[in-house]
Amino acid sequence: MSEGETESAVDELVAGVLDGEHRALARTITKIENREPGYRDLVSALHGHTTGTAVIGVTGSPGAGKSTLVDKLAKAYREQGLTVGVIAVDPSSPYSGGAVLGDRIRMASNVGDMDVFFRSMSARGQLGGLSTATADAITALDAFGKDRIVVETVGAGQNEVDVVRTADSVVVLVQPGSGDDVQMLKAGILEIGDVFVVNKADMDGATTTVTDLREMLHLREGSTGTAGHHGLGSLDADDATTESDADTDDEWDPEVLETVATEGTGIDDLLGVLDDHYTHLRETGELDRRARTRYAAEIRQLLRADAAGLLEAEIDRHGGMATLIDAVQARDTDPYTVADQVLAPLADCVERRRE
Amino acid sequence: MSTGQEQRTVRCLVAKVGLDGHDRGAHVIARAFRDAGFEVIYSGLHRAPEEIVQAAVQEDVDVLGISILSGAHNTLVPKVIDGLKSYDAFEDTLVIVGGIVPEEDRADLKAAGVAEIFGPGTPMSETIEFVREHVDR
Repeated sequence: MSEGETESAVDELVAGVLDGEHRALARTITKIENREPGYRDLVSALHGHTTGTAVIGVTGSPGAGKSTLVDKLAKAYREQGLTVGVIAVDPSSPYSGGAVLGDRIRMASNVGDMDVFFRSMSARGQLGGLSTATADAITALDAFGKDRIVVETVGAGQNEVDVVRTADSVVVLVQPGSGDDVQMLKAGILEIGDVFVVNKADMDGATTTVTDLREMLHLREGSTGTAGHHGLGSLDADDATTESDADTDDEWDPEVLETVATEGTGIDDLLGVLDDHYTHLRETGELDRRARTRYAAEIRQLLRADAAGLLEAEIDRHGGMATLIDAVQARDTDPYTVADQVLAPLADCVERRRE
Repeated sequence: MSTGQEQRTVRCLVAKVGLDGHDRGAHVIARAFRDAGFEVIYSGLHRAPEEIVQAAVQEDVDVLGISILSGAHNTLVPKVIDGLKSYDAFEDTLVIVGGIVPEEDRADLKAAGVAEIFGPGTPMSETIEFVREHVDR
Protein backbone atom coordinates (compact mmCIF):
# COMPACT_ATOMS: atom_id res chain seq x y z
CA MET A 1 0.00 0.00 0.00
CA SER A 2 1.36 3.42 -0.90
CA GLU A 3 1.65 6.20 1.63
CA GLY A 4 -1.27 8.11 0.14
CA GLU A 5 -3.50 5.08 0.27
CA THR A 6 -2.58 4.39 3.90
CA GLU A 7 -3.44 7.98 4.68
CA SER A 8 -6.86 7.92 3.08
CA ALA A 9 -7.59 4.54 4.68
CA VAL A 10 -6.80 6.11 8.06
CA ASP A 11 -9.08 9.08 7.36
CA GLU A 12 -11.85 6.75 6.34
CA LEU A 13 -11.51 4.70 9.53
CA VAL A 14 -11.46 7.78 11.74
CA ALA A 15 -14.61 9.08 10.05
CA GLY A 16 -16.24 5.65 10.46
CA VAL A 17 -15.39 5.43 14.16
CA LEU A 18 -16.67 8.93 14.86
CA ASP A 19 -19.77 8.08 12.89
CA GLY A 20 -20.49 5.09 15.11
CA GLU A 21 -19.78 2.34 12.57
CA HIS A 22 -19.06 -0.94 14.33
CA ARG A 23 -17.10 -2.29 11.43
CA ALA A 24 -14.77 0.72 11.45
CA LEU A 25 -14.23 0.39 15.19
CA ALA A 26 -13.41 -3.31 14.84
CA ARG A 27 -11.01 -2.55 12.00
CA THR A 28 -9.35 0.19 13.99
CA ILE A 29 -8.66 -2.13 16.90
CA THR A 30 -7.24 -4.72 14.49
CA LYS A 31 -4.90 -2.11 13.04
CA ILE A 32 -3.81 -1.20 16.56
CA GLU A 33 -3.25 -4.83 17.50
CA ASN A 34 -1.30 -5.58 14.34
CA ARG A 35 0.71 -2.37 14.45
CA GLU A 36 -0.29 -1.92 10.83
CA PRO A 37 1.09 1.01 8.84
CA GLY A 38 -0.81 4.12 9.77
CA TYR A 39 -1.91 2.93 13.20
CA ARG A 40 -0.04 5.73 14.90
CA ASP A 41 -1.78 8.38 12.80
CA LEU A 42 -5.03 6.62 13.51
CA VAL A 43 -4.61 6.73 17.29
CA SER A 44 -3.32 10.31 17.10
CA ALA A 45 -6.40 11.40 15.17
CA LEU A 46 -8.75 9.61 17.57
CA HIS A 47 -7.13 11.00 20.70
CA GLY A 48 -8.57 14.46 20.01
CA HIS A 49 -12.06 13.00 20.05
CA THR A 50 -11.82 11.23 23.40
CA THR A 51 -13.66 12.53 26.41
CA GLY A 52 -12.05 10.54 29.22
CA THR A 53 -14.71 7.86 29.53
CA ALA A 54 -14.71 5.96 32.82
CA VAL A 55 -12.60 2.82 32.47
CA ILE A 56 -13.14 -0.11 34.80
CA GLY A 57 -10.51 -2.81 35.11
CA VAL A 58 -11.54 -6.28 36.23
CA THR A 59 -8.92 -8.77 37.30
CA GLY A 60 -8.65 -11.98 39.29
CA SER A 61 -7.41 -15.52 39.11
CA PRO A 62 -8.64 -17.88 36.36
CA GLY A 63 -12.08 -19.26 37.16
CA ALA A 64 -12.96 -16.51 39.63
CA GLY A 65 -15.84 -15.47 37.37
CA LYS A 66 -14.45 -12.36 35.69
CA SER A 67 -16.16 -12.85 32.34
CA THR A 68 -19.52 -13.64 33.92
CA LEU A 69 -19.25 -10.59 36.15
CA VAL A 70 -18.28 -8.38 33.21
CA ASP A 71 -21.26 -9.71 31.29
CA LYS A 72 -23.63 -8.81 34.11
CA LEU A 73 -21.94 -5.47 34.63
CA ALA A 74 -22.40 -4.62 30.96
CA LYS A 75 -26.04 -5.63 31.17
CA ALA A 76 -26.62 -3.43 34.22
CA TYR A 77 -25.06 -0.44 32.45
CA ARG A 78 -27.22 -1.12 29.42
CA GLU A 79 -30.27 -1.05 31.66
CA GLN A 80 -29.22 2.43 32.72
CA GLY A 81 -29.16 3.37 29.06
CA LEU A 82 -25.37 3.50 28.84
CA THR A 83 -23.32 2.00 26.03
CA VAL A 84 -20.43 -0.27 26.92
CA GLY A 85 -17.12 -1.31 25.41
CA VAL A 86 -15.38 -4.42 26.72
CA ILE A 87 -11.79 -5.50 26.09
CA ALA A 88 -10.96 -8.99 27.30
CA VAL A 89 -7.27 -9.84 27.37
CA ASP A 90 -6.17 -13.46 27.32
CA PRO A 91 -2.68 -14.92 27.26
CA SER A 92 -1.26 -16.35 24.06
CA SER A 93 1.00 -19.35 23.67
CA PRO A 94 4.67 -18.43 23.85
CA TYR A 95 5.40 -21.33 21.50
CA SER A 96 2.97 -21.02 18.60
CA GLY A 97 1.78 -17.47 19.25
CA GLY A 98 -1.72 -18.84 18.96
CA ALA A 99 -4.46 -18.36 21.51
CA VAL A 100 -7.94 -19.47 22.38
CA LEU A 101 -9.83 -16.42 23.52
CA GLY A 102 -12.69 -17.80 25.53
CA ASP A 103 -14.13 -14.86 27.43
CA ARG A 104 -16.77 -14.27 24.83
CA ILE A 105 -18.58 -17.48 25.73
CA ARG A 106 -19.79 -15.89 28.98
CA MET A 107 -21.21 -12.81 27.31
CA ALA A 108 -24.67 -14.28 27.22
CA SER A 109 -26.72 -11.39 28.59
CA ASN A 110 -25.98 -8.98 25.79
CA VAL A 111 -26.74 -11.13 22.79
CA GLY A 112 -27.49 -9.21 19.64
CA ASP A 113 -26.96 -5.90 21.43
CA MET A 114 -24.39 -4.09 19.34
CA ASP A 115 -24.20 -1.33 21.93
CA VAL A 116 -22.08 -3.70 23.94
CA PHE A 117 -18.90 -3.85 21.90
CA PHE A 118 -16.91 -6.85 23.06
CA ARG A 119 -13.41 -7.41 21.82
CA SER A 120 -10.97 -10.19 22.69
CA MET A 121 -7.27 -9.40 22.62
CA SER A 122 -4.31 -11.68 23.12
CA ALA A 123 -0.98 -10.85 24.64
CA ARG A 124 0.93 -11.84 21.46
CA GLY A 125 4.07 -12.07 23.53
CA GLN A 126 4.93 -8.42 23.10
CA LEU A 127 6.91 -7.10 26.00
CA GLY A 128 5.22 -4.08 27.46
CA GLY A 129 3.35 -3.69 24.20
CA LEU A 130 0.18 -5.20 25.53
CA SER A 131 -0.60 -2.27 27.75
CA THR A 132 0.10 0.14 24.89
CA ALA A 133 -2.21 -1.77 22.55
CA THR A 134 -4.90 -1.91 25.24
CA ALA A 135 -4.57 1.80 25.96
CA ASP A 136 -4.88 2.52 22.23
CA ALA A 137 -7.95 0.30 21.98
CA ILE A 138 -9.47 2.21 24.90
CA THR A 139 -8.81 5.43 22.99
CA ALA A 140 -10.72 3.98 20.04
CA LEU A 141 -13.69 2.92 22.20
CA ASP A 142 -13.72 6.31 23.91
CA ALA A 143 -13.66 8.21 20.61
CA PHE A 144 -16.42 5.93 19.33
CA GLY A 145 -18.53 7.31 22.14
CA LYS A 146 -18.88 4.44 24.60
CA ASP A 147 -20.18 5.57 28.00
CA ARG A 148 -18.30 2.93 29.99
CA ILE A 149 -15.28 0.82 29.12
CA VAL A 150 -14.43 -2.43 30.90
CA VAL A 151 -11.03 -4.09 30.61
CA GLU A 152 -10.80 -7.67 31.76
CA THR A 153 -7.62 -9.63 32.33
CA VAL A 154 -6.06 -12.40 34.37
CA GLY A 155 -4.13 -10.53 36.98
CA ALA A 156 -1.01 -12.66 36.84
CA GLY A 157 2.22 -11.12 35.71
CA GLN A 158 3.49 -7.63 35.14
CA ASN A 159 1.88 -7.28 31.72
CA GLU A 160 -1.57 -7.80 33.09
CA VAL A 161 -1.03 -5.54 36.05
CA ASP A 162 0.04 -2.83 33.59
CA VAL A 163 -3.14 -3.41 31.63
CA VAL A 164 -5.26 -3.01 34.70
CA ARG A 165 -3.45 0.23 35.47
CA THR A 166 -5.01 1.73 32.37
CA ALA A 167 -8.29 1.73 34.33
CA ASP A 168 -9.74 4.45 36.54
CA SER A 169 -11.31 1.93 38.90
CA VAL A 170 -9.88 -1.52 39.50
CA VAL A 171 -12.08 -4.41 40.57
CA VAL A 172 -10.26 -7.46 41.96
CA LEU A 173 -12.24 -10.68 41.93
CA VAL A 174 -11.64 -13.38 44.53
CA GLN A 175 -13.34 -16.71 44.97
CA PRO A 176 -14.40 -17.98 48.38
CA GLY A 177 -12.28 -20.46 50.24
CA SER A 178 -9.25 -19.53 48.22
CA GLY A 179 -6.90 -18.82 51.06
CA ASP A 180 -4.03 -19.31 48.68
CA ASP A 181 -5.50 -16.87 46.22
CA VAL A 182 -5.65 -14.24 48.87
CA GLN A 183 -2.04 -15.04 49.68
CA MET A 184 -1.20 -14.53 46.06
CA LEU A 185 -3.04 -11.23 46.05
CA LYS A 186 -0.69 -9.88 48.64
CA ALA A 187 1.93 -9.43 45.99
CA GLY A 188 0.96 -6.54 43.79
CA ILE A 189 -2.69 -6.97 43.01
CA LEU A 190 -3.81 -6.07 46.48
CA GLU A 191 -2.32 -2.61 46.11
CA ILE A 192 -4.08 -1.76 42.89
CA GLY A 193 -7.62 -2.84 43.83
CA ASP A 194 -10.20 -0.15 44.53
CA VAL A 195 -13.02 -2.62 44.96
CA PHE A 196 -12.66 -6.24 46.00
CA VAL A 197 -15.40 -8.61 45.00
CA VAL A 198 -15.83 -12.02 46.57
CA ASN A 199 -17.70 -13.74 43.78
CA LYS A 200 -19.59 -17.03 44.11
CA ALA A 201 -20.63 -15.73 47.52
CA ASP A 202 -23.15 -18.55 47.83
CA MET A 203 -20.29 -21.00 48.27
CA ASP A 204 -18.89 -22.12 51.60
CA GLY A 205 -16.16 -19.97 53.00
CA ALA A 206 -17.33 -16.71 51.46
CA THR A 207 -17.60 -14.96 54.80
CA THR A 208 -14.12 -16.08 55.81
CA THR A 209 -12.70 -14.79 52.57
CA VAL A 210 -14.43 -11.45 53.07
CA THR A 211 -13.00 -11.22 56.59
CA ASP A 212 -9.53 -12.21 55.39
CA LEU A 213 -9.63 -9.58 52.69
CA ARG A 214 -10.83 -6.85 55.01
CA GLU A 215 -8.03 -7.70 57.42
CA MET A 216 -5.42 -7.61 54.71
CA LEU A 217 -6.69 -4.33 53.31
CA HIS A 218 -6.54 -2.91 56.79
CA LEU A 219 -2.89 -3.93 56.92
CA ARG A 220 -2.34 -2.28 53.59
CA GLU A 221 -3.71 1.00 54.80
CA GLY A 222 -1.62 0.77 57.93
CA SER A 223 1.61 0.18 56.12
CA THR A 224 1.35 2.39 53.10
CA GLY A 225 -0.41 5.29 54.74
CA THR A 226 -1.76 8.04 52.59
CA ALA A 227 0.60 7.30 49.72
CA GLY A 228 -1.78 4.53 48.77
CA HIS A 229 -1.49 3.77 45.11
CA HIS A 230 2.02 4.96 44.76
CA GLY A 231 3.26 2.67 47.46
CA LEU A 232 5.72 5.23 48.71
CA GLY A 233 4.53 5.33 52.28
CA SER A 234 7.26 5.45 54.87
CA LEU A 235 7.60 2.19 56.70
CA ASP A 236 8.25 3.73 60.07
CA ALA A 237 5.11 5.87 60.06
CA ASP A 238 3.29 5.95 63.33
CA ASP A 239 0.28 3.70 62.91
CA ALA A 240 -2.08 5.87 64.91
CA THR A 241 -1.48 9.04 62.92
CA THR A 242 -1.53 7.21 59.62
CA GLU A 243 -4.85 5.71 60.55
CA SER A 244 -6.50 9.01 61.42
CA ASP A 245 -4.99 10.59 58.33
CA ALA A 246 -6.60 7.94 56.21
CA ASP A 247 -9.97 8.71 57.70
CA THR A 248 -9.86 12.44 57.36
CA ASP A 249 -8.14 13.05 54.07
CA ASP A 250 -8.85 12.04 50.51
CA GLU A 251 -7.86 8.41 50.72
CA TRP A 252 -10.32 5.95 49.22
CA ASP A 253 -11.00 2.98 51.47
CA PRO A 254 -11.21 -0.10 49.27
CA GLU A 255 -14.56 -1.80 49.57
CA VAL A 256 -15.17 -5.51 49.88
CA LEU A 257 -18.38 -6.76 48.26
CA GLU A 258 -20.04 -10.10 47.72
CA THR A 259 -21.60 -11.17 44.43
CA VAL A 260 -23.06 -14.22 42.74
CA ALA A 261 -22.38 -13.21 39.16
CA THR A 262 -24.22 -16.14 37.59
CA GLU A 263 -27.45 -14.94 39.23
CA GLY A 264 -26.71 -11.26 39.07
CA THR A 265 -26.75 -10.90 42.86
CA GLY A 266 -24.79 -7.95 44.20
CA ILE A 267 -24.23 -6.37 40.79
CA ASP A 268 -26.24 -3.27 41.70
CA ASP A 269 -24.11 -2.78 44.81
CA LEU A 270 -20.98 -3.09 42.69
CA LEU A 271 -22.33 -0.52 40.27
CA GLY A 272 -23.08 1.81 43.17
CA VAL A 273 -19.58 1.46 44.61
CA LEU A 274 -18.01 2.00 41.18
CA ASP A 275 -20.01 5.19 40.76
CA ASP A 276 -18.97 6.31 44.26
CA HIS A 277 -15.36 5.59 43.45
CA TYR A 278 -15.52 7.55 40.23
CA THR A 279 -17.13 10.50 42.01
CA HIS A 280 -14.45 10.25 44.67
CA LEU A 281 -11.73 10.28 42.01
CA ARG A 282 -13.21 13.33 40.39
CA GLU A 283 -13.79 15.28 43.55
CA THR A 284 -10.35 14.67 44.99
CA GLY A 285 -8.58 15.44 41.73
CA GLU A 286 -7.22 11.91 41.74
CA LEU A 287 -8.86 11.22 38.38
CA ASP A 288 -6.76 13.92 36.84
CA ARG A 289 -3.63 12.78 38.66
CA ARG A 290 -4.11 9.20 37.51
CA ALA A 291 -4.68 10.31 33.95
CA ARG A 292 -1.48 12.34 34.06
CA THR A 293 0.47 9.40 35.47
CA ARG A 294 -0.91 7.22 32.68
CA TYR A 295 -0.01 9.71 29.97
CA ALA A 296 3.49 10.01 31.40
CA ALA A 297 3.89 6.24 31.32
CA GLU A 298 2.51 6.10 27.80
CA ILE A 299 4.80 8.81 26.48
CA ARG A 300 7.83 7.19 28.12
CA GLN A 301 6.87 3.80 26.72
CA LEU A 302 6.55 5.20 23.19
CA LEU A 303 9.81 7.09 23.49
CA ARG A 304 11.62 3.99 24.67
CA ALA A 305 10.19 1.92 21.85
CA ASP A 306 10.98 4.54 19.21
CA ALA A 307 14.48 5.11 20.52
CA ALA A 308 15.01 1.35 20.55
CA GLY A 309 13.93 1.30 16.91
CA LEU A 310 16.53 3.94 16.03
CA LEU A 311 19.18 2.00 17.90
CA GLU A 312 18.31 -1.24 16.12
CA ALA A 313 19.00 0.54 12.84
CA GLU A 314 22.31 1.80 14.22
CA ILE A 315 23.25 -1.70 15.36
CA ASP A 316 22.64 -2.94 11.84
CA ARG A 317 24.84 -0.17 10.51
CA HIS A 318 27.64 -1.44 12.75
CA GLY A 319 27.40 -4.83 11.09
CA GLY A 320 24.67 -6.31 13.22
CA MET A 321 24.52 -7.59 16.76
CA ALA A 322 26.50 -10.76 15.98
CA THR A 323 29.52 -8.74 14.83
CA LEU A 324 29.42 -6.62 17.96
CA ILE A 325 29.19 -9.70 20.16
CA ASP A 326 32.14 -11.29 18.38
CA ALA A 327 34.25 -8.24 19.08
CA VAL A 328 33.27 -8.21 22.73
CA GLN A 329 33.88 -11.92 23.07
CA ALA A 330 37.34 -11.61 21.48
CA ARG A 331 38.14 -8.93 24.07
CA ASP A 332 38.72 -6.42 21.27
CA THR A 333 36.23 -4.20 22.93
CA ASP A 334 33.70 -4.25 25.76
CA PRO A 335 29.96 -3.76 26.08
CA TYR A 336 30.25 -0.21 27.40
CA THR A 337 32.45 0.93 24.54
CA VAL A 338 30.11 -0.69 22.04
CA ALA A 339 27.13 1.08 23.59
CA ASP A 340 29.00 4.41 23.44
CA GLN A 341 29.93 3.85 19.81
CA VAL A 342 26.44 2.92 18.71
CA LEU A 343 24.88 5.78 20.61
CA ALA A 344 27.43 8.43 19.62
CA PRO A 345 25.82 9.62 16.34
CA LEU A 346 22.45 9.88 18.06
CA ALA A 347 23.87 11.81 20.97
CA ASP A 348 25.72 14.13 18.57
CA CYS A 349 22.58 14.72 16.61
CA VAL A 350 20.57 15.54 19.70
CA GLU A 351 23.31 17.91 20.83
CA ARG A 352 23.37 19.75 17.52
CA ARG A 353 19.59 19.96 17.14
CA ARG A 354 19.21 21.47 20.56
CA GLU A 355 21.00 24.65 19.61
CA MET B 1 9.96 4.33 10.99
CA SER B 2 7.58 3.05 13.58
CA THR B 3 7.51 1.41 16.97
CA GLY B 4 7.70 -2.31 16.92
CA GLN B 5 7.30 -4.39 13.84
CA GLU B 6 3.95 -5.19 12.40
CA GLN B 7 2.47 -8.24 14.08
CA ARG B 8 -0.18 -9.90 12.02
CA THR B 9 -2.01 -12.89 13.35
CA VAL B 10 -4.83 -14.78 11.71
CA ARG B 11 -7.98 -14.34 13.80
CA CYS B 12 -10.70 -16.99 13.64
CA LEU B 13 -14.13 -17.37 15.12
CA VAL B 14 -15.12 -20.99 15.64
CA ALA B 15 -18.87 -20.93 15.91
CA LYS B 16 -21.59 -23.37 16.88
CA VAL B 17 -24.94 -22.26 15.59
CA GLY B 18 -28.46 -23.40 16.35
CA LEU B 19 -29.74 -26.41 18.26
CA ASP B 20 -26.68 -28.56 17.99
CA GLY B 21 -24.92 -29.79 21.08
CA HIS B 22 -22.01 -31.55 19.45
CA ASP B 23 -18.94 -29.48 20.05
CA ARG B 24 -16.12 -31.99 20.10
CA GLY B 25 -15.24 -31.14 16.52
CA ALA B 26 -15.31 -27.42 17.24
CA HIS B 27 -13.01 -27.91 20.23
CA VAL B 28 -10.56 -29.99 18.24
CA ILE B 29 -10.41 -27.48 15.41
CA ALA B 30 -10.06 -24.58 17.87
CA ARG B 31 -7.03 -26.28 19.41
CA ALA B 32 -5.53 -27.10 16.04
CA PHE B 33 -5.93 -23.48 14.93
CA ARG B 34 -4.35 -22.26 18.13
CA ASP B 35 -1.40 -24.59 17.68
CA ALA B 36 -1.06 -23.31 14.12
CA GLY B 37 -0.51 -19.86 15.64
CA PHE B 38 -3.97 -18.44 15.01
CA GLU B 39 -5.99 -16.50 17.51
CA VAL B 40 -9.20 -18.39 18.05
CA ILE B 41 -12.39 -17.06 19.53
CA TYR B 42 -14.84 -19.78 20.42
CA SER B 43 -18.50 -18.84 20.43
CA GLY B 44 -19.82 -21.48 22.78
CA LEU B 45 -22.82 -23.66 22.07
CA HIS B 46 -26.31 -22.88 20.76
CA ARG B 47 -25.64 -19.49 19.25
CA ALA B 48 -28.16 -17.69 17.11
CA PRO B 49 -27.00 -16.44 13.70
CA GLU B 50 -27.18 -12.82 14.95
CA GLU B 51 -24.80 -13.65 17.78
CA ILE B 52 -22.32 -15.17 15.38
CA VAL B 53 -22.55 -12.08 13.20
CA GLN B 54 -22.09 -9.78 16.19
CA ALA B 55 -19.02 -11.70 17.30
CA ALA B 56 -17.52 -11.88 13.81
CA VAL B 57 -17.95 -8.14 13.25
CA GLN B 58 -16.73 -6.98 16.65
CA GLU B 59 -13.78 -9.33 16.74
CA ASP B 60 -12.92 -8.47 13.13
CA VAL B 61 -12.00 -12.06 12.35
CA ASP B 62 -10.34 -13.17 9.14
CA VAL B 63 -11.98 -16.57 9.27
CA LEU B 64 -15.42 -17.64 10.39
CA GLY B 65 -15.61 -21.40 10.85
CA ILE B 66 -19.14 -22.63 11.38
CA SER B 67 -19.42 -26.10 12.85
CA ILE B 68 -22.78 -27.64 12.19
CA LEU B 69 -23.97 -31.19 12.61
CA SER B 70 -27.68 -30.69 13.02
CA GLY B 71 -28.63 -30.58 9.35
CA ALA B 72 -29.91 -27.02 9.57
CA HIS B 73 -27.07 -25.58 7.53
CA ASN B 74 -29.30 -24.56 4.62
CA THR B 75 -31.24 -22.23 6.91
CA LEU B 76 -28.61 -21.02 9.34
CA VAL B 77 -25.51 -20.48 7.22
CA PRO B 78 -27.16 -18.09 4.72
CA LYS B 79 -28.56 -16.12 7.67
CA VAL B 80 -25.07 -15.65 9.05
CA ILE B 81 -23.75 -14.61 5.65
CA ASP B 82 -26.58 -12.11 5.14
CA GLY B 83 -25.82 -10.68 8.57
CA LEU B 84 -22.16 -10.25 7.68
CA LYS B 85 -23.16 -8.48 4.49
CA SER B 86 -25.40 -6.08 6.39
CA TYR B 87 -22.32 -4.94 8.34
CA ASP B 88 -20.19 -4.80 5.25
CA ALA B 89 -18.08 -7.57 6.72
CA PHE B 90 -18.64 -10.40 4.26
CA GLU B 91 -16.08 -9.38 1.66
CA ASP B 92 -13.05 -9.83 3.86
CA THR B 93 -14.22 -12.72 6.00
CA LEU B 94 -13.40 -16.23 4.87
CA VAL B 95 -16.44 -18.34 5.71
CA ILE B 96 -15.85 -22.07 6.03
CA VAL B 97 -18.18 -24.80 7.23
CA GLY B 98 -17.30 -28.00 9.05
CA GLY B 99 -19.58 -30.91 9.86
CA ILE B 100 -22.12 -33.10 8.18
CA VAL B 101 -23.24 -31.52 4.92
CA PRO B 102 -24.80 -33.78 2.28
CA GLU B 103 -23.21 -33.66 -1.16
CA GLU B 104 -26.32 -32.15 -2.78
CA ASP B 105 -26.31 -29.13 -0.41
CA ARG B 106 -22.74 -28.14 -1.05
CA ALA B 107 -23.22 -26.24 -4.28
CA ASP B 108 -25.95 -24.07 -2.75
CA LEU B 109 -23.85 -23.23 0.30
CA LYS B 110 -20.92 -22.31 -1.89
CA ALA B 111 -23.17 -20.17 -4.05
CA ALA B 112 -24.32 -18.43 -0.88
CA GLY B 113 -20.72 -17.49 -0.08
CA VAL B 114 -19.14 -20.38 1.80
CA ALA B 115 -15.53 -20.76 0.67
CA GLU B 116 -15.15 -24.43 1.52
CA ILE B 117 -16.88 -27.26 3.36
CA PHE B 118 -14.89 -29.73 5.41
CA GLY B 119 -16.55 -33.05 6.17
CA PRO B 120 -15.67 -35.70 8.73
CA GLY B 121 -12.20 -37.15 8.35
CA THR B 122 -10.64 -34.04 6.83
CA PRO B 123 -7.05 -33.89 8.05
CA MET B 124 -6.43 -30.88 10.32
CA SER B 125 -3.48 -29.85 8.19
CA GLU B 126 -5.71 -29.54 5.13
CA THR B 127 -8.06 -27.10 6.85
CA ILE B 128 -5.18 -25.07 8.26
CA GLU B 129 -3.47 -24.97 4.89
CA PHE B 130 -6.70 -23.81 3.27
CA VAL B 131 -7.04 -20.97 5.75
CA ARG B 132 -3.43 -19.87 5.31
CA GLU B 133 -3.83 -19.83 1.54
CA HIS B 134 -7.10 -17.97 1.43
CA VAL B 135 -6.77 -15.36 4.13
CA ASP B 136 -5.56 -12.21 2.47
CA ARG B 137 -4.15 -9.86 4.95
